[in-house]
Amino acid sequence: MNDTQTVEAGSKIQVRNLDFYYGKFRALKDVSLDIAKNHVTAFIGPSGCGKSTLLRTLNRMYELYPDQRATGEILLDGKNILTPRMDLYRLRARVGMVFQKPTPFPMTIYENIAFGVRLYERLKKSTMDDRVESALRQSALWDEVKDKLKQSGMSLSGGQQQRLCIARAIAVKPEVLLLDEPASALDPISTLKIEELIYELKNNYTIVIVTHNMQQAARVSDHTAFMYLGELVEFGDTNGIFTNPSQKQTEDYITGRYG
Amino acid sequence: MADASGSNWRYRRRRILNVFNLTGSVIATGFGLFWLVWILWTTLSAGAAAIDWTLFTENTPAPGGRGGLANAIVGSLIMVGLATVIGTPIGIFAGTWLAEFGRKKPVAAVIRFINDILLSAPSIIMGLFVYELVVVTTRQFSGIAGALALAIILLPVVIRTTEEMLRLVPNSLREAALALGAPRWKVITLIAYRAALSGVLTGVLLGVARIAGETAPLLFTALNNQFWSTDITGPMANLPVVIFQFAMSPYAEWHTLAWAGALLITLSVLALSIIARTLLRQPKMD
Repeated sequence: MNDTQTVEAGSKIQVRNLDFYYGKFRALKDVSLDIAKNHVTAFIGPSGCGKSTLLRTLNRMYELYPDQRATGEILLDGKNILTPRMDLYRLRARVGMVFQKPTPFPMTIYENIAFGVRLYERLKKSTMDDRVESALRQSALWDEVKDKLKQSGMSLSGGQQQRLCIARAIAVKPEVLLLDEPASALDPISTLKIEELIYELKNNYTIVIVTHNMQQAARVSDHTAFMYLGELVEFGDTNGIFTNPSQKQTEDYITGRYG
Repeated sequence: MADASGSNWRYRRRRILNVFNLTGSVIATGFGLFWLVWILWTTLSAGAAAIDWTLFTENTPAPGGRGGLANAIVGSLIMVGLATVIGTPIGIFAGTWLAEFGRKKPVAAVIRFINDILLSAPSIIMGLFVYELVVVTTRQFSGIAGALALAIILLPVVIRTTEEMLRLVPNSLREAALALGAPRWKVITLIAYRAALSGVLTGVLLGVARIAGETAPLLFTALNNQFWSTDITGPMANLPVVIFQFAMSPYAEWHTLAWAGALLITLSVLALSIIARTLLRQPKMD
């Protein structure tokens, strides 16, 4: 089935014959696809189809849990990240991630952003201030928080917290940004802000987004992968997938016949 | 309407049962509170009469003489302080391992089980254990032996609360820190600890409150000392044992001092509990 189409733009990530196991359960079955540089790629599909699992292999987040493992290849700029020799911490500094639920750290807004930067860089106070400001500006949060950087990050609203998490992720200057249903816990206005943000960010970052919201995928992404029961059913240009899907399953899902 | 009358009867029976149970609960609560208030009141009225400046400046007197509790207060502070210094880091490390690394490992389950037994073991057993281990081998009752016995009582409390408070920290927070490229130890020390801080502190404070009034383990270890002593290698005065000894004596002056000591312990435990509660009330992670 996997009629993977080659994406014209340069690939940032190439997934090759990826299998994923939760203990004995095979959650991903021979998935192969290319993620284009400085584009937005969306993973859609019904709950349990493996889209979040696929996302979590791209920065090896699953390593936290002992019974989860992946086989196959994931090439980031041509280098396989699934080898044991890969430095996990460096990898995650290159491949940032934002989660479904906002996860501000229990510290000030400023410290929330400085935390990640300090892991790999030693900056002067003024340079750090600039870095924090630019991250907050890029995530369209600066105007709302510039006067309360010393307040707890948890005092912000849900939508602001999520943008804080995005700011935190881009402050470490990653190359890839993984977004795991970043707007599903937010109201429509915050969702709109996040979507506008994604549109802005793709100039500088390669973005992969998992979403349950088909309109969202259609609005923000350049390429869309439809997954079902751990398999990649269809992958290609977002326009093509939504207007003229080649697979019956994709069409059924997009038109709301299941999932 | 047979149906309705049936449910009517059931409804009446339920109301009667409710009144009966509610009355029972109120009486039981009142019964419990009655004794508690009585104890507190007696301690307060008998102890308050004995509290004056000499209590803190003079040592425990010879039978029939006048004096204070200065040596016992300092001895208690030293031993409880030492026990906290010994027990807290070990407890926090162990609790951290259980919550962050042990999780579902079988050995962690065994440790948890043993810790629960330690948590509810009678304190006199800890006293006997340290007596055999330290007092018998050094042939000397000592403040450090007392502190060790108290530390062993404190330890399981700290282990338990540390683990529980760390488990309350959502995994999503750990993942978020890992996703930035943070190594595991930084995730634990900079993120998880910070989120669990007030809870862990509360656990330590409650543990301290627990050991502040322990008598049995000190009888076997620190014994007592009627003189001023800050030498932890020798016998050391302490409030619980002084209370025990003075209250059992036939001398009125000693009785008064015993009440004063009891009030001091009660007040410090009360203060610790209040601090612990205020700490816990601070905003937590959801």
